[in-house]
Amino acid sequence: MSRIASTFKRLSGQGRKVLIPFLTAGDPEPEFTVPMMHQMVEAGADIIELGVPFSDPMADGPVIQRASERALHHRVSLRRVLSMVKQFRERDSLTPVVLMGYLNPIERMGYAEFVAAAQDAGVDGVLTVDMPPEEADEILPLLKKAEIDPIFLLAPTSTSERIKKVDAVGQGYLYYVSLKGVTGAGHLDLDDVKRKVEHIRALSTLPVGVGFGVKDAETAAKMAVIADAVVVGSVLVSQVEKNSGQPEQIAAAITTLLSEMRAAMDKAG
Amino acid sequence: MATAPEQLKNYQWPDAKGHFGRYGGIFVAETLMYPLEELNFAYQKYLADPQFLAELDQDLRDYVGRPSPLYFAERWTQELGGAKIYLKREDLNHTGAHKVNNTVGQALLAKRMGKKRVIAETGAGQHGVATATVAARLGLECVVYMGEVDVERQKLNVYRMSLLGAQVRPVSSGSKTLKDALNEALRDWVTNVDDTFYIIGTVAGPHPYPAMVRDFQSVIGREAKQQIISQAGRLPDALVACVGGGSNAIGLFYPFLEHEEVALYGVEAAGEGIDTGKHSAPLCAGQPGVLHGNRTYLMEDEDGQIIETHSISAGLDYPGVGPEHAWLKDTGRAQYASITDVEALEAFHSLTRIEGIMPALESSHALAYAMKLAPQMDKEQIMIVNVSGRGDKDIHTVAQREGLHL
Repeated sequence: MSRIASTFKRLSGQGRKVLIPFLTAGDPEPEFTVPMMHQMVEAGADIIELGVPFSDPMADGPVIQRASERALHHRVSLRRVLSMVKQFRERDSLTPVVLMGYLNPIERMGYAEFVAAAQDAGVDGVLTVDMPPEEADEILPLLKKAEIDPIFLLAPTSTSERIKKVDAVGQGYLYYVSLKGVTGAGHLDLDDVKRKVEHIRALSTLPVGVGFGVKDAETAAKMAVIADAVVVGSVLVSQVEKNSGQPEQIAAAITTLLSEMRAAMDKAG
Repeated sequence: MATAPEQLKNYQWPDAKGHFGRYGGIFVAETLMYPLEELNFAYQKYLADPQFLAELDQDLRDYVGRPSPLYFAERWTQELGGAKIYLKREDLNHTGAHKVNNTVGQALLAKRMGKKRVIAETGAGQHGVATATVAARLGLECVVYMGEVDVERQKLNVYRMSLLGAQVRPVSSGSKTLKDALNEALRDWVTNVDDTFYIIGTVAGPHPYPAMVRDFQSVIGREAKQQIISQAGRLPDALVACVGGGSNAIGLFYPFLEHEEVALYGVEAAGEGIDTGKHSAPLCAGQPGVLHGNRTYLMEDEDGQIIETHSISAGLDYPGVGPEHAWLKDTGRAQYASITDVEALEAFHSLTRIEGIMPALESSHALAYAMKLAPQMDKEQIMIVNVSGRGDKDIHTVAQREGLHL
């Protein structure tokens, strides 16, 4: 069983939901990332989604776009992100790490080389925003052989047919994008999300995580009732700007938010 | 329109999944997968609908002013002393460029699909103007995304769009040019997908856009073929067109693909020179990758990050290129060359002074290549150069470059 599957199983046995924070690797500076990952785990993170910076993040809102730009200012490449995961693994062999990003850096590195390096670093899942299952034929067998979970998105526009297709090729969990829009958008309709997640559950076998638009502990708790996992990104990333680049203050703000979410989710679950 | 597929006996790209060989495809976030499926379905349906095609033909004739002339540039031919040069006058279309051929088609499709709002990205502003124009005519809400750098260097077109009732939204992320405008338009589409039709201006983006825009633009090549046969009695030896995303080039080339004796030349922007790195020539100096929904040649660094491009012409200032051009390059059916800012300016002046035709700086790249190619060809040979747009929008850029302030 993969580290991701066993995480879902363990939490489910405890009657708790999975908390998945997102962090752009290398933001605000490369040295910040690995210590922050460890602090996130201490604050209650079950899985970490590590954003791979890309010059043209088409599915992201302004907050994560700027995080990408800050990281790229330090020339944080896919290889550098993989070395961060490897460093994280020196002290944490339990917490799954999912790389989240766009396809072009992986294309440039080459699928085989990327998958081998990701396996070596201890990466558990890969979520490539602009690679739907239809375009994944070439990389899927490589990921499978390396026991890395390909994680795919589902959206409010996904038809029943697509839900089944994505469930068939995905591993780990399904990431339901809870709204039509980019990351960090602010028009979440919880009843709508609930209906759609129930629809997805009826057609799929994988656990369902929900993300895009989770801004505080209250929303996280409500999402935890609906889904198996809650993904939280922009609100954490926005702490980098709010604390004007002071690493200690940023870390404190992020861990505080995560702890609050963890507590609220455990209470609600 | 309906006769287009019959002209291509052996060439049937893209495949059902939108691939041109290994290029093209659908590389987008899940939210856009169903809308693209829906668009493809509607497009296939109307492509076979005689009523839709008749309405499109009528609009192209009465609103755009087609057919655009094929003009024998006799003085310029003599000046260059080689092949006979014919100019396909897309600059004479309504709104001043080839872009309108496609926006008329996509807007008719948007109307059929019941969409009330259209969005577009624009570089030089020609596609933005062409979109704002058809939106005004059909009473559709129109939002155009344009990089801040381009807003500054194409002020005239920004004002034209606002006169037409479109809202121009300057984009300040990334390099603040066409690629960033495309990112922002995709973000808008993903947010407003229910009521919005995204009118992409070039043969890039996810399937079905590269095929659809090609089909709408291929009216250029269909006309040119008939015109050259009626004027010169035979097919041309060479076709030359500039390539940014590559829509005017594909539009000209496509109906000639089956005629292997017709050489096809696409001309990219070499900016300050390929060696300087300051250019926009992914086919000549880039490598395959994935951006904006398709796999194609890109300008990127060793980490796969898209790098900033440069060209004097805003319409060519893009780090990617349509996937069909990538395929035509790899198969050897078309050749791709590049022209510097300086060479393009020389061609701009040359055509203006010798033929009284002021071409767009984009088109000037094709003309500059023709100036190199024609003298190497026999006097009996025939070349068609696509004058994809007129140069009025560029006179400030040209003047500034020459130290004048208008």
